[in-house]
Amino acid sequence: MLNPLTPWRRFLARPNDDHVKVFGVAILVAMICAAFVSTAAVALKPLQDAHLEAERAARMAQMLDTLPGMREVMEEAGVDALETRVVEMATGTFVTDIDPDSFDVQAAANDPEQSTAIPSDADIAGLHRRADHALVHLLERDGALLLVVLPVQGTGYQSTIRAMLALEPDLNTIAALTITEQGETPGIGARVQDPAWQALWPGRQVADENGNIVISVVRGTATAPYEVDGISGATATSNGVANMLRYWLGDHGYGPFLDRLATEGL
Amino acid sequence: MASNLRHVTSPLIENNPVTLQILGICSALAVTTSLSTALVMSLALTSVLCLASATVSLIRNHIPNVIRLIVQIIIIASLVIVIDELLQAYAFEISRQLSIFVGLIVTNCLVMGRAEAFAMRNPVWPSVLDGLGNGLGYSLVLIIVGSIRELLGAGTLLGYTILTPASDGGWFVPLGLMQLAPSAFFIIGLLVWAIRTHWVGQVETPKFSLIQQRSRG
Repeated sequence: MLNPLTPWRRFLARPNDDHVKVFGVAILVAMICAAFVSTAAVALKPLQDAHLEAERAARMAQMLDTLPGMREVMEEAGVDALETRVVEMATGTFVTDIDPDSFDVQAAANDPEQSTAIPSDADIAGLHRRADHALVHLLERDGALLLVVLPVQGTGYQSTIRAMLALEPDLNTIAALTITEQGETPGIGARVQDPAWQALWPGRQVADENGNIVISVVRGTATAPYEVDGISGATATSNGVANMLRYWLGDHGYGPFLDRLATEGL
Repeated sequence: MASNLRHVTSPLIENNPVTLQILGICSALAVTTSLSTALVMSLALTSVLCLASATVSLIRNHIPNVIRLIVQIIIIASLVIVIDELLQAYAFEISRQLSIFVGLIVTNCLVMGRAEAFAMRNPVWPSVLDGLGNGLGYSLVLIIVGSIRELLGAGTLLGYTILTPASDGGWFVPLGLMQLAPSAFFIIGLLVWAIRTHWVGQVETPKFSLIQQRSRG
């Protein structure tokens, strides 16, 4: 009967400059550390996600608080949160057979079955793929739309920027833009998350009279109603935010949905 | 036992890794704007240092010399990732404020230095004590710098108002400089000065001097 510990003892007894020992120790250390790190990452993921989700909800609530009169309207309408619906991106119609509570947009965007590759000339936000469905948040009263909030994401200078874009009922005026997640350079690009910069967005126009999406972030001081002051030193991040909005408001993003809302209503 | 205790007490002031060896300065500047971030960073670094020293010391007789630095870095990096994940799960707000600096513990010379200089040559228990002592020495400097910067920069300690700022009707005018990184340099510089005035042996002799005062032969 072979003792299973014998080869292990023999391995340990090898001299430290022996090749088998060098490779063996390297592989063993790497495997054990990898197992340790992955176990921790997987075990702690639900807790971390809960924090991120709570932060997102808090930012949503914070955004609603910045909109004048929105809380009163919601109180009158008897709701304490916006209604979330699933939209099919290609047609812009609401879908009822997907549960908005359990639908994971990010997972869908990574699943070839549930997403579409973005043609490279249309991919100004650098996303590569886009989920076929999206979650939109609506506030309505007596069948009339009061606010629509669209989750958007795009590529900044070095990270994925996620944001919530709130549009007025005319679907052309920005009610608020809230950056919910970013990993830009601290102190430079990360300033897109400053309340002072986000406060520049309300009242800006998305499109010109002909319906072209013209919203942009400019160097220096904005002059037109569709321009927002850029952050000095953070040109790439500022452009990333503008490209993100242009992509998601365009034909490949929420364009069909917004067109349908404008012509048919809810 | 008394000699083991030396491993903990000696790096606190006399052999302090920050003020004597000038290690770990980068994070000491970055995370000391408030006392709470300094405390969490101290805790993170001390636990990484103890665990890394223990692990390296445990397998020290089987680490081949040619790959010893790689093995040490893998062990330290794994511990840092796990600590970072733990902070993100249980101390989300603080981990946001510490941002990348917990991850950068990997590159903190202090941790590598103790693994290479002490844990590779000593049994587990003294190595853990050595890690603990050096971690506490680093923590002590961070806590002193963090307290001074938060108190003079914002008039608070751990978020509680100690000196009422003038804007709220008090007499205290917050010192904006204290919230900026250079102030940490000044405070650490003053600490080094104070310590070296007391322990004159720590003063380094200059390696080069500008004027050659005596010609050779």
